[in-house]
Amino acid sequence: MAEYVLEMNGITKEYGQNAVLKDVTLRVRPGEIHALLGENGAGKSTLMNILFGMPVIHSTGGFKGQVVMDGANVKITSPMDAMSKGIGMVHQEFMLIPGFSITENIKLNREISKSWLASKMLGREMEVLDQNKMAADAKKALSSVSIGIDEYSLVGGLPVGYMQFIEIAREIDKANMKVMVFDEPTAVLTESEAQQLIGVMKSIAESGIAIIFITHRLDEVMQAADRITILRDGKLVTSVDKSQTTAEKLAALMIGRGEEGMMRVKARENEISDEIALKVRNLWVDMPGEAVRGINLDVRKGEIIGIGGLAGQGKIGLPNGVMGLYPAVGEAELFGQPIKLNDPASALRAGMAMVSEDRRGVGLLLDQSIEENIVFNAMQVHGDYLNGFLRLKNGRAIRKYAEKMIKELDIRCTSPLQPTGTLSGGNQQKVCVARALALNPKFMFVSEPTRGIDIGAKQLVLDTLVKLNREQGITIVMVSSELQELRSVCDRIAIVVEGKVSCILKPDSSDASFGLAMSGSKLSGGEQA
Amino acid sequence: MNKLKKENSFSISEHLKKYAVTYMFIAMSVFFIVVSGLDMNYVASQLLLRLNRNAFIVLALIIPIIAGMGINFAITIGAMAAQIGLLLTINWKVTGVPGILLAAAITLPLASFFGFIIGKLLNKMKGQETIGSMILGYFANGAYQLLFLFIFGNIIPLNDNVTIVGATGVQNTLNLTGDVGLYMAVDGIWHLSFEITLYIILALIAVYMLVRYFIKKGSTIKLACGILALAVVGGVFQIPVINDVFTGRYSGGREINIPVITWAVVGILCLFNAFIMKTRLGQKFRAVGQNRVVANAAGIDVNRTRIIAIMISTVLAGWGQIMFMQSDGIGTFQTYAAHEQVGLYAGAAILVGGASIDRATNFQALIGTFLFHSLFITAQSAASNLFGDSAVGEYFRAFLSYGVIAVALVIYAWRGAQQSKRGGLNLEAIRGEKAMKKL
Repeated sequence: MAEYVLEMNGITKEYGQNAVLKDVTLRVRPGEIHALLGENGAGKSTLMNILFGMPVIHSTGGFKGQVVMDGANVKITSPMDAMSKGIGMVHQEFMLIPGFSITENIKLNREISKSWLASKMLGREMEVLDQNKMAADAKKALSSVSIGIDEYSLVGGLPVGYMQFIEIAREIDKANMKVMVFDEPTAVLTESEAQQLIGVMKSIAESGIAIIFITHRLDEVMQAADRITILRDGKLVTSVDKSQTTAEKLAALMIGRGEEGMMRVKARENEISDEIALKVRNLWVDMPGEAVRGINLDVRKGEIIGIGGLAGQGKIGLPNGVMGLYPAVGEAELFGQPIKLNDPASALRAGMAMVSEDRRGVGLLLDQSIEENIVFNAMQVHGDYLNGFLRLKNGRAIRKYAEKMIKELDIRCTSPLQPTGTLSGGNQQKVCVARALALNPKFMFVSEPTRGIDIGAKQLVLDTLVKLNREQGITIVMVSSELQELRSVCDRIAIVVEGKVSCILKPDSSDASFGLAMSGSKLSGGEQA
Repeated sequence: MNKLKKENSFSISEHLKKYAVTYMFIAMSVFFIVVSGLDMNYVASQLLLRLNRNAFIVLALIIPIIAGMGINFAITIGAMAAQIGLLLTINWKVTGVPGILLAAAITLPLASFFGFIIGKLLNKMKGQETIGSMILGYFANGAYQLLFLFIFGNIIPLNDNVTIVGATGVQNTLNLTGDVGLYMAVDGIWHLSFEITLYIILALIAVYMLVRYFIKKGSTIKLACGILALAVVGGVFQIPVINDVFTGRYSGGREINIPVITWAVVGILCLFNAFIMKTRLGQKFRAVGQNRVVANAAGIDVNRTRIIAIMISTVLAGWGQIMFMQSDGIGTFQTYAAHEQVGLYAGAAILVGGASIDRATNFQALIGTFLFHSLFITAQSAASNLFGDSAVGEYFRAFLSYGVIAVALVIYAWRGAQQSKRGGLNLEAIRGEKAMKKL
C-alpha cells in the first residue's frame, strides 16, 4: 500500500494570465487529519475544486500537475467521478434538503430501491424506495458521528449544529470513502458542538479515512490536526507536523509577507486628535454573507482606520450598515450626532460618503457619463449644481467640477462625457472617489478600494486617499481584504471576526499577531476593542 | 448531544393562515349556494358531473408543482395535442372506446414531444416557470391555428366531415355525438347510482381495514373506530334530507348516477401521482423541487428531471382533455378555442384547494375542483338574484380565476421573503431585546 492515500503533485492553475496556484503539492496519509491553511485567495478553494474535478476547472483550460490516489495516477473529470473514487465533501453551506427526512438526505440520489414489474420495463427510475433499509443505513451512519436522533425526523426543524453532523453522516455512508474534505466545518457551530465535531473527526480518522480540514481557526488546527499545509498567494509555504510548530508560527507563516507588497505613502505629520468622529455601539447588520453581530468601534477624527478580516466575517457589513444600505439595528453617532440607520439619504446628509465595494452595482451608473456620475449624489442629496426656480441642472458648474476632478485624480478618459461603463476598473474607482468627494464629506467609508484594479492604479487610489486625509482632514474608514494595503496607509487596523471587532492592531504589529487575530484565536494580543 | 425536543408544530392559526384561500372559498360556496336558491339535488348532480369532467386535468398539474416548476399553464399545449388526436380520430371515423384509445395513443407521442420542448424552454427560465408556461401556451395557440386552418386540409388531407364546406381548414366546431360515436364513450360504459357506489366504496374501505388489521396486527380500538365511522356515514346517508339530495327519492328529483369507469380512471391517476413519489424518479422530483443546488450536488441531473416532470404533465393534460371532451354534457368543442382556458381553470382550481406554487396533493386537487366549480355552477343564479343581472356572474367567474392565481403568486412571493429573512439575522428580535433592556 502506498504511503499516501492522496497526492496532488506540482499543481499549477491559471485563469487566463492570472496564476492562482503555482506548483503546489499536498500529500495526505491514510487516517491523517491534514489541515489546509491560508488567507482568502491563497488558493485553497481552487485546489479543492481541482480535487473534485469541478466544471469551472475544466472549462478554463484544466490544470498542470498530477493527482495520485493510492499510488496510481488518476484523472478526476467531474464531482460525481470524485465521489466514486472515494473523495467526499462536508460543505460549509449545508447541502441538505429541509423538507426531507434525515434518512432521505443521507441517501439522496443513492437510494436503496426494489425492482418490480414497471421498473423492469421502464428502467431503474421506476424502482420503489425501500425506506426501511435506507433508515437502517442512516441509523448506522448517524451512530458513527455519535448523535442519537430519530432518522425519520425532518431536517428542516433541526438546530443548525445537527446539520453539520448529518452532512458528515451522509459522507460516511458512502462506500469506499478514502478522503473527506471538511470545509470550515466549525464556522456555524457552538463551542461545545465544535468540540464534539473534532472528536468525530478524530474517530473517523482512526477508522482509516484521511481528512483534509480547511479552517481559519488556529486553535482547532492545533487541537485536531496531525499535519498542516499552508498556502499563501497560490504558493506552498510549508507542510509541517503539528508537533514541530505552534499557533504563533502558523499565523506568521499564513500572513508572512514582511515588507513585501507594502506601498509607500506620504507619512503623517500632524497628530490625530482624541475627538471621536464615529462612535458605533452594538451595531447589528443583516447583510447576507457579511453579517455584523453587535460591533463596537470608535473612529478618531482625522485618522485612517483600516477594517480587516477574512471574507464573510462582517467587515464589509459595517460601512453598509452605517450608511443605511442594509437593514441594521444599534447605535451610531457622527461627531456626537446620532445617525438615523436604514436611511441612506440621511446618512449622506449627515456628512458621510461611501465608496462602495460593489463598484459596478451600487457605485456607478454605468450608462451615464463621468460628469453625471460625479455630481449625481451631490445633486440628489444637497441640491448642488442645480439652478434657479425650476432646479435645472447647471451644466457649466458640473463640467467645471468634473474637469477639476478628472485632473486632480488623474482619471484617464476621452472627455467628461464618456460613459463610465467603458472605463477601466482603476478609473471607475477614481470616479467613485470623485463622486464621494462631490458631497464635501467630513467622513468617508472606502470599501475594498483596490479590488479588481491593477498595481499602478492601486498605488494611485491609495495615494489619493492619503492625500485627502492629510490635506483636507477627511476621516477615512478603509475596509480591505488586502492586509498589506491596510498596513501601508492606516493608522490603526481593526480586525473583524464573526461580526465583531476582535482586536485593534498597529500597522507595524507582527505577522503572527495579525494571523492570530484574523483566526479569532484567543492567544492574540493587541489593544482590545 | 442532548435529545431533541419534539415540537408540536400544529397550531390552528398557522393552519388557517396556510389554507386561508380554501376556507374563504368554502364560505363563499355556501353563501352562493344559499343565495342562488338552486335546488340542492341540481347542485349536487352538476357538481359531481363537473368533478368527473375536470378532475383528471387538474391532477395533471401535481407533478410539476412538486418538481418545483410552479403551475404548469402549458397544459394548454397538452390539450392542443389531444384535440389533434380527436380530430384525426373523427377523421378516420373510429368510434367508441377504440376511438378514445386511438385519440389517447396519438396524444401520447405528440404531448411527450411538446412537453420535452416546454421542459427545455422552462429550464432556461428557472424561477419564472409559471408565467413562462402561460406565455408558451399563448404562443403555441398561434402555431395551433396555423396547423388547423392551413396545414390540415391543404397539406394533410382530411375528409369532408371535418373541414369547412367549400374552403380549407378544420371546421369551427367539432362534434363528437351521433355517428362520430365518441360522446360519452367512457362515461357511458357503466353507470351506477350514487347511493350504490357510496356503499360499495364504504364496503371496500371496511375490507381494506380488516385485511390490514389481520396482516399488520394493528390496534383493535382503531379498527373498531374506523368501522363505526363507516357505519355512521352509511347511516347518515339514509337521513331523508341528505338522501334526497343524491337520489331525489323524496322530492321527485333526479337520481344521480356515477360514471364508474371515468371515476376509476381518475382514481388510477390519483394512485399514480401518489405512487410515483415513492419511486427513485419521484424522490428526484421532490429533491429538485425543494432545492436544485442540493439536488445537483448529489449528482441528480436537474434539467432532465424537470423535463420528465413536464412531459408527464403534458401527456396527462392531453388525456384529461380527451376525458373532458367525451364527458356527459359536452359532446362538441370549439376547434379554435376549447383549449384556451384549460390552464387557467385547472390552475385556479388546484390553488383553491389549498395547493401553492410549490406544494400540491391529490386531495387538494380534488377539493379545489369541487369548490371552484361549485362557484361556477351557482354564480349565474346568485348574481341574477342579487343584482338582477346574470351577466355579473359571468364577470365574476373570470375575476375569480385570475384573482385566485394572483393571490397565490403574491402569497408565494411573500412566504419566500419571510423565509429569506429567517436565513439572516433576526433584527426584529435584536431590536426587541434592546428595547427590553432599556425598560
